Amino acid sequence: MTSIATMPRTETMMLNLGPQHPSTHGVLRVLLELDGELIVRADPDIGYLHRGIEKLCEYRTYHKCMPLMNRLDYLAGEANNFGFCLAVEKLLGIEVPKRAQYIRVMLAELTRIASHLFWLGTHGHDLGAMTPLFYAFREREKIMDLCEMVSGGRLFPLYFRIGGLAADLPAGFLPAVWDFVKTFDEKWQDYDTLLTENEIWKERTVGVGVMTAEEALDWGWSGPMARGSGVDWDLRRDNPYSSYEEFEFEVPLGTKAGDTYSRYLVRMAEMLQSNRIVRQVLENLPDGPVKVDDPRVSLPPKERVYTDIA
Amino acid sequence: MNAAVALLQAKFPDEIVEVTEFRGDTTVTLKPERLVDICRLLKDDPETSFHYLSMIAGMDYSPQSPRFGVVYNLYSHKNHDRLTLKVFLTDDRTPVVDSVTSVWSTATWHEREAYDLLGIRFKGHPDLRRILMPPDWVGHPLRKDYPLKGK
Amino acid sequence: MGIEERLGYNILTTTLEKLVDWGRKSSLWPATFGLACCAIEMICTAANRWDIARFGMEAFRASPRQADLMIVAGTVCKKMMPAIERIYEQMPEPKWVIAMGACATSGGIFDSYSVVQGIDLYLPVDVYIPGCPPRPEGLLYGILKLHEKILKDPFLTRQYQERLKARQEAA
Repeated sequence: MTSIATMPRTETMMLNLGPQHPSTHGVLRVLLELDGELIVRADPDIGYLHRGIEKLCEYRTYHKCMPLMNRLDYLAGEANNFGFCLAVEKLLGIEVPKRAQYIRVMLAELTRIASHLFWLGTHGHDLGAMTPLFYAFREREKIMDLCEMVSGGRLFPLYFRIGGLAADLPAGFLPAVWDFVKTFDEKWQDYDTLLTENEIWKERTVGVGVMTAEEALDWGWSGPMARGSGVDWDLRRDNPYSSYEEFEFEVPLGTKAGDTYSRYLVRMAEMLQSNRIVRQVLENLPDGPVKVDDPRVSLPPKERVYTDIA
Repeated sequence: MNAAVALLQAKFPDEIVEVTEFRGDTTVTLKPERLVDICRLLKDDPETSFHYLSMIAGMDYSPQSPRFGVVYNLYSHKNHDRLTLKVFLTDDRTPVVDSVTSVWSTATWHEREAYDLLGIRFKGHPDLRRILMPPDWVGHPLRKDYPLKGK
Repeated sequence: MGIEERLGYNILTTTLEKLVDWGRKSSLWPATFGLACCAIEMICTAANRWDIARFGMEAFRASPRQADLMIVAGTVCKKMMPAIERIYEQMPEPKWVIAMGACATSGGIFDSYSVVQGIDLYLPVDVYIPGCPPRPEGLLYGILKLHEKILKDPFLTRQYQERLKARQEAA
């Protein structure tokens, strides 16, 4: 047994996880202080993708801000516009028609599933599991096809407008969504079988990145990150908007551990719940206009322009 | 939110400048002197319990004076309720306000962003440095007199 | 040709240049350089539907020292520019650069204080791919155009011309 005097002197190592690194998370730089393989301190350095969107929006009208909003979270294409449109509609005091609200919910949940699928693929890829990437992208491509059907853009369907939607759903869209909804649950089983009870996966994610619920709230976590730490908070249920109160869904919570595995379980369960919401939208989709008839935000319908406007 | 306004009117009546309500959202405009105490009260009081700081945004109301303001968006999980606090900073040339990092830890990055993009300094901030722009950048881009395409 | 008739049908003849160019274009290894939204389409290109492995390019190298193609996918910010230059310099010759998307080509819709208005202000670009983001088919088309460019690369004749010119100037 060596005494303290003869033990080798150790010191921590600074490692620069530079803005370009093998994990495909865009540009994030973290200065790490490592003690062997344990990260003792991490100092993130951000701003490598600061595009000045806030300042650009100051020079544009509300409508023209929409393409910029799309590119805020480029994984979930339409969800960003959802928030922006709701804010502007609140400012203008506009009530969006019911059909438009339901379709917005459907697209938002579909892009939520797409974002979670991307997370699943790349998370697995980073931790060494390359197979889930190809499985997840198989379903993600189907969702991107749906987005393309509705507006022409795969990643950025600029389909939402202030006051509703750009146009009604194209023919053939609803059967395509039904196809997706019916087959998604069993495809989800594939990802579940690959990873959830996998020994190597559990070894790499259980007990890693632990955050308690109080710490999570103190540090301003929200969404699946906070739910993974046990914070029971979902704006769709607690402060519902755009007809979310009419849908039945559960809000999955993580385990008490609040580690990476818990957040993984939350996101996996959320995908199933989103699918459930989309199914309910399809079953109860009302008819009606898709854009509010307010002259501040809507142009008159093209068919009447030549005959009605003097 | 009425509970929050009532609490503030009871405990800090002199600090409130204005209370406005717009489409269900309450905004309380305060004087900046006792900001940290007010925030701590709003967080710790069991009726309001605003444990969550959603966002801190710096504002530049130029050419109006006072020019700089800071907006705090708070959320209470217990009451599913929001509250907005607004403070206007007294000095237009060197805007300074107290930091609320001792109340909510997440304020560190929000205040760093306000410092970086608008030049508002936060007294008592543990690590006030640029966060989005490169460390040797000159100027504060989100100010109204800073051109869009940069200098 | 005379010699090929004598050698028979199991031997092909070509120039060294064509052989090396064909080898280079058949297995270009891209360096992972996804910055923003175009990176998502780049990953979709590498995924199962638009399999980029058919072109020998599925090996996205994390280290630029092992890569010969840099696909700049996404908005280039002024803060990120020194890192990009350093990575470009770390890549060994021969190397090519593809500017993917509107932001890498010309700054895209972000005409603001922190965005570099086009990567060609700092790096030599071989192929520009427009789009916001370009579809995976668009990226593949750009890559095929780069293949055509590589196949025509006269690196041996160029070296020979340069040496000839140097000898003539010395004389």
